[in-house]
Amino acid sequence: MSKNTFEGSMKRLEEIVEQLDSGKLSLDESLKIFEEGIELSNACSEKLKQAEKRIKTLLKKEDGNFQLELVSF
Amino acid sequence: MASFEFEIPETTSRKLTVSELTHEIKFLLETSIPVVWVEGEISNFKHHSSGHIYLTLKDELAQIPCVMWRSRNAGLFFTPQDGMKVLAQGQVTVYEKRGAYQLDILQLKPAGVGELQLAFEQLKRKLKAEGLFEEHHKQPIPFFPERIGIVTSPTGAALHDMITVIHRRNPGVEIILRPVKVQGEGAATEIVAAISELNDFGEVDLIIVGRGGGSIEDLWAFNEEAVARAIFHSKIPIISAVGHEVDFCISDFVADLRAPTPSVAAELAVPDTHELAQHLRMLREQAISRITDKIQSYWEQLKQINTSYGFRRPADLIQQYYQRLDELYNSLSKSMVHYLLLQNERLNALHKNLLTLNPTAILARGYSICFDPKTGTVIKSVQQLKPEDTIKIQFHQGKALSEIKQIESE
Repeated sequence: MSKNTFEGSMKRLEEIVEQLDSGKLSLDESLKIFEEGIELSNACSEKLKQAEKRIKTLLKKEDGNFQLELVSF
Repeated sequence: MASFEFEIPETTSRKLTVSELTHEIKFLLETSIPVVWVEGEISNFKHHSSGHIYLTLKDELAQIPCVMWRSRNAGLFFTPQDGMKVLAQGQVTVYEKRGAYQLDILQLKPAGVGELQLAFEQLKRKLKAEGLFEEHHKQPIPFFPERIGIVTSPTGAALHDMITVIHRRNPGVEIILRPVKVQGEGAATEIVAAISELNDFGEVDLIIVGRGGGSIEDLWAFNEEAVARAIFHSKIPIISAVGHEVDFCISDFVADLRAPTPSVAAELAVPDTHELAQHLRMLREQAISRITDKIQSYWEQLKQINTSYGFRRPADLIQQYYQRLDELYNSLSKSMVHYLLLQNERLNALHKNLLTLNPTAILARGYSICFDPKTGTVIKSVQQLKPEDTIKIQFHQGKALSEIKQIESE
């Protein structure tokens, strides 16, 4: 999931809860979007669990390419 | 008082060439005026592509053209602007080719802090007029950046603060540092290069450009036009975080977002994952609770239908039929038994009657029956007999064969 879709996923999840709340959907539709909601919730949780604290320095090499070097602070 | 190298000719018989005269002027000026500090206002400022700076210093009554060679101006921490009052230390020189004198500047600095302030106002007006500060040019800051580029001093507290805040809020964020000088000579150039490199590298979602607090001279790089333009042209969103809470730098105006300090920049850049996780949990629970409620309500509906009168009716009917069947069966059984009993009684009665009507019963009373032994017919009258006929006589017990001796008629 890219940075854009994390926010997108959260928004969709909020939408789903709202729709379930409204009670306007049939049981079939409700079950379908509920499943979608659980999947989104799981994916978002995974993203939040990343906890590796990485710091790198950007170096431009002579050939114009970039290199990242790990640093510790 | 200086004197000419040549003797002053009194008549036109001894004349000087232009070069000779100019040479004299050069000698006079360059030897009699030492290195001086001059205060004046800049006009006609030009930073030539060669790297040399040309400008005019003036006041209300006079002006003097100046030059600041590349080797000397590289150390400037600020870009001189027209209208700025400055102090220039330099040497008067004569440029013979053009017949002009000029000030060869060794050092240049703003005449006072006020000068920098004015320069700031001037640049701000200029860039605003160009539209660099307008809202519709500002890019939205991504909600959940995964890689953040930071342009700042590698040794300052600002970097340390930003790292601390970022790691506290979302330790999964990758920080890409592009270290720069944040004040003094060359700082603006380095900042411009850093922004450009991060854009070329491309793999960051967001850039924070900033430093800790300081004086207006210390922060000056963030008021430079080149830095402003680099921020404006950045394809990656930029948060400007020049750490003085109240005042603004040019970079603050042109950036996509301004933060009053580097720590606040980190907070604005990165959402708190604990809060997000909590929000996520809440949404998940809400979704589960809604769907459970929905299913529950369907169950209730179903149950209601199941137990409703109309729905139970068929089962009910069947039960009723069962019951009726049982009743019928019972009565049928009863009737049958009754009938059988009756028949049995009749039978018994008949049987008794039969027994009493048994002809052989009469025999017990002494009567006997005579048969014709050949035909088995009962002899009822003596007329059926004649002497010497054989007859069979049945007694109550046993039979006998006998012969007729004589008929006695009666």
